Amino acid sequence: MNTETQIDKRLARNQRWKARQRYFKDSYTLWRRNHLMVVGTTIIILLLLIALSAPLLATHNPLDQILSDRLLPPTWEHFFGTDSLGRDIFSRVVHGARVTLTIALLVALISTPVGLIIGVLAGYFGGAVDEILMRLSDVFLAFPKLILAIAFAAALGPGVENAIIAIAVANWPSYARLARAETLAVRDNDYIQVIRSMGASNLRIMVGHITPMCLSSIIVRLSLDMGTIILTAAGLGFLGLGAQPPTPEWGLMVSDGRLYLVDQWWVSTLPGFAILIVVMGFNLMGDGIRDILDPHQRQS
Amino acid sequence: MRYNNHVNRKTNQSHNPILLTVEDLHVYFSIREGWLSRQRATVKAVNGVNLSLQQGDVFGLVGESGCGKTTLGRAIVGLSPVSHGQILLKGRSIVGLTGQDAHERARQVQLIFQDPYSSLHPRKTVCDLVGVGLKLHGLANGYEIDEQVLAMLKRVGFNIDHLYRYAHEFSGGQRQRISLARALILRPKLLILDEPTSALDVSVQAQILNLLKEIRQEFNLTFLFISHDLGVIRYMSNRIGVMYLGHLVETGATSDVFEHPQHPYTQVLLSSLPSIDPDTPSNRTLLEGDPPTPIDPPPGCPFAQRCPGVKPICREQAPELIHHGNSPDHFTACHFPHVD
Amino acid sequence: MLLKDTPVTTDKLLSVQDLRVHFHTLRGIVHALEGVSFHLNRQETLGLAGETGCGKSVTARSVLRLIDPPGRIVSGRIIFEDRDILTLDDTAVRAIRGGEISMIMQEPKMSLNPVIRVGDQVAEALLIHDTSLNRSSARTQAEEMLTQMGIPEAHRTSRRYPHELSGGMAQRIMIAMMLVTRPKLLIADEPTSALDVTIQAQILALMDKLVQDIRTSVLMITHDLGVMAETCDRVAVMYAGNIVEMGAVRSVLKDPQHPYTQGLLKTVPDKANPDHPLYAIKGNVPSLLQPQNHCRFSDRCEYAMARCSREIPPVYQMTDDHEAACFLHDGQSISSGGKQVDLMNP
Repeated sequence: MNTETQIDKRLARNQRWKARQRYFKDSYTLWRRNHLMVVGTTIIILLLLIALSAPLLATHNPLDQILSDRLLPPTWEHFFGTDSLGRDIFSRVVHGARVTLTIALLVALISTPVGLIIGVLAGYFGGAVDEILMRLSDVFLAFPKLILAIAFAAALGPGVENAIIAIAVANWPSYARLARAETLAVRDNDYIQVIRSMGASNLRIMVGHITPMCLSSIIVRLSLDMGTIILTAAGLGFLGLGAQPPTPEWGLMVSDGRLYLVDQWWVSTLPGFAILIVVMGFNLMGDGIRDILDPHQRQS
Repeated sequence: MRYNNHVNRKTNQSHNPILLTVEDLHVYFSIREGWLSRQRATVKAVNGVNLSLQQGDVFGLVGESGCGKTTLGRAIVGLSPVSHGQILLKGRSIVGLTGQDAHERARQVQLIFQDPYSSLHPRKTVCDLVGVGLKLHGLANGYEIDEQVLAMLKRVGFNIDHLYRYAHEFSGGQRQRISLARALILRPKLLILDEPTSALDVSVQAQILNLLKEIRQEFNLTFLFISHDLGVIRYMSNRIGVMYLGHLVETGATSDVFEHPQHPYTQVLLSSLPSIDPDTPSNRTLLEGDPPTPIDPPPGCPFAQRCPGVKPICREQAPELIHHGNSPDHFTACHFPHVD
Repeated sequence: MLLKDTPVTTDKLLSVQDLRVHFHTLRGIVHALEGVSFHLNRQETLGLAGETGCGKSVTARSVLRLIDPPGRIVSGRIIFEDRDILTLDDTAVRAIRGGEISMIMQEPKMSLNPVIRVGDQVAEALLIHDTSLNRSSARTQAEEMLTQMGIPEAHRTSRRYPHELSGGMAQRIMIAMMLVTRPKLLIADEPTSALDVTIQAQILALMDKLVQDIRTSVLMITHDLGVMAETCDRVAVMYAGNIVEMGAVRSVLKDPQHPYTQGLLKTVPDKANPDHPLYAIKGNVPSLLQPQNHCRFSDRCEYAMARCSREIPPVYQMTDDHEAACFLHDGQSISSGGKQVDLMNP
């Protein structure tokens, strides 16, 4: 008996590993099929690598001001030229990837769990809970996200941390809405009824069985929102409400260059390009993630 | 003799102990009528049903969609709200249980759903799906769960290859086996099967029906078998109940009801079934119109609107489920039952 | 297009020859149809029986050329009257769809547009294929059709929306919509599977009457052998992308010649003895990922011989109107199938 279960265990581990492999292989095939998704993920992976190895890639110190080298056009010495204080724009864009990624990830980490919890609670319990939570989110949804973020950032005071909080506050209601809609769709499914009839508690049903079903659409929505988050962060930086000089933040850099847009185009344009490419990368990836996470895609 | 009295009398003397008793069960839902309007209408999904299951019974519940058979099954496991009436499991009420008591009921009564595609969580492996009951009730931990799940999976025809797969990798019949394993792992006494094979092909249906019969013996189970398929019901059950519009209109031993149907609805139902034998003459009675909705049903016999032999009294007074004919167990709710 | 030159004098309405359909999926190419051949005479009801995934719906959809990617009709011919549907241009196929060939789907409520009144949907079907008609006369014709369908208060019902109707009523509307253009061929894909038995009986009786009135042929797809026995003149039994047996309904159901048909009939619980286990065909439906190179039923067959897992069985002709693709009948004459239909004499 004992040896039997022993063998079982090893076999079981093997089987579990195989099942996982199969899952990843399918995911890979689905990923490969979607060419735009491949482009998107490549961009995002490159961005991650750049952010991680910023000090190695940067040719200059991003904060070093050499006033004699102001507003130099792109050359081999300065790939992207220099700005009005003689800082190397390439190095600043590379370091800016860190700032941008940090903002985007922190906003995601704050706003999605909040939205998810509120949305699932509202959808699962319905009635008064639903009314209260959704009216609350309606208040936030009544204003454009950027305006809301500006208002909060202004109230909290300038700074990267406050910008992150402001953007997160402006963002959670859309995730709450989405999670609520998904919960309503999933709640009456037979597999939820089964688990109820087995005596599972509400908390267990929400955490273990409903949330996983909401996650995929939230992740998709989030990756599509990443662009907006980055743009909002840049917008706040541009207005002086986000990252403060001399932090190499992309929005701030675009803002700095606006005086020289006609004669020294590179000062604003090249950081702007960085924003464009990253936003595009996230959007392309978001569309593809939906297909990969959809279990029905795997049937065929 | 009324059905209730019959049931009560039986408890005292008969061969097998009564496992489940449903007494005068009503399940009502209120719905909003029309948009904008605040007026609410009542759907009387189950409207005064009495039935009793002895240990070891396979009680077949037949009826068309909307007759309340599914709602009845769900009420027993606590998924439909009971408006009035009692459900007794081994003499103890299981209506409106919460907390620990609901947990205890869950170990005794399990429900198998009709749709094998929506009854398995799409993001969980078979091991998680089947093992969930063990985990919920704290019956096993860690690898014990995997082992017990595997043992149960082997019983329903799988092997270790299938243990960590996701539901989408299985066919309808296989999914129904997984559902069965999930229910059986808690060793319930009563299994409610809500159209377990109606989404399956006939050849797969045959495999599942055979498996159910074997498992009933092996685990000493009692079945409440809900189906619209008369052929399946006849093959599976020893006693049946025919439901129409929330009422039980006829009940008795399977052979009695099939060979000597007393209620006009049962007769129509039996004649509607297409036969696979091309030589069987089709002498079917066609009903007029659609089944009425259970929203605020009119008084009188529920079948009066479509009954071929309707008389004035049928529209005024609802018939009671009472004993007719020769077989002691045969009850019909009809003013003019067909008794030969 | 061979047929263009020869005068059409047979009473064959539809002839499907060696139809092959593939689906390109994540796991590879699914060989959904592997050379399906059959024909349908005028005013005849042919049943296509078989289980999920056997290809009966794919066959039906191919007839209307409704196979969407990742599916592809690889080869074969579908001769409708004197035209090969697979070589027609899109305009010509659209004219055939709904006009000369109509299709009824399983879920009536899902096949009706929820935001259009049902009467208008029936009228629309007329307007698409008869441009000379004006809207009000189309409506009148639609209402007449509904009356003919035994729908009470046709005028009031035609003003309703699909969600206000019961399943049986919705299926009547669907049938009215499909028959109002008086098609030559009606494809019915499980028309009563979603309905209750008493409603099913009503609908089948109604379809029977209308089909007689309009003199249309029917390709009836169903998994319910009982429905098949009652409605069809001939049946074709499909298994894993092949027609394994075909013939007159009485002869196939009373004296099945292919082991699969025999098994299928035995698994029906209606008349089975409750004290014995039901007969069950062992094993599962094979994967269709491999191109067929043997009898696809051989793994599950009680009578399987060595050659069954090596060769594709030809279609053997038992009687004039009964054929089966099984080596058990080796020695019988091999059927010409539908492949030489264009050479046949009237």
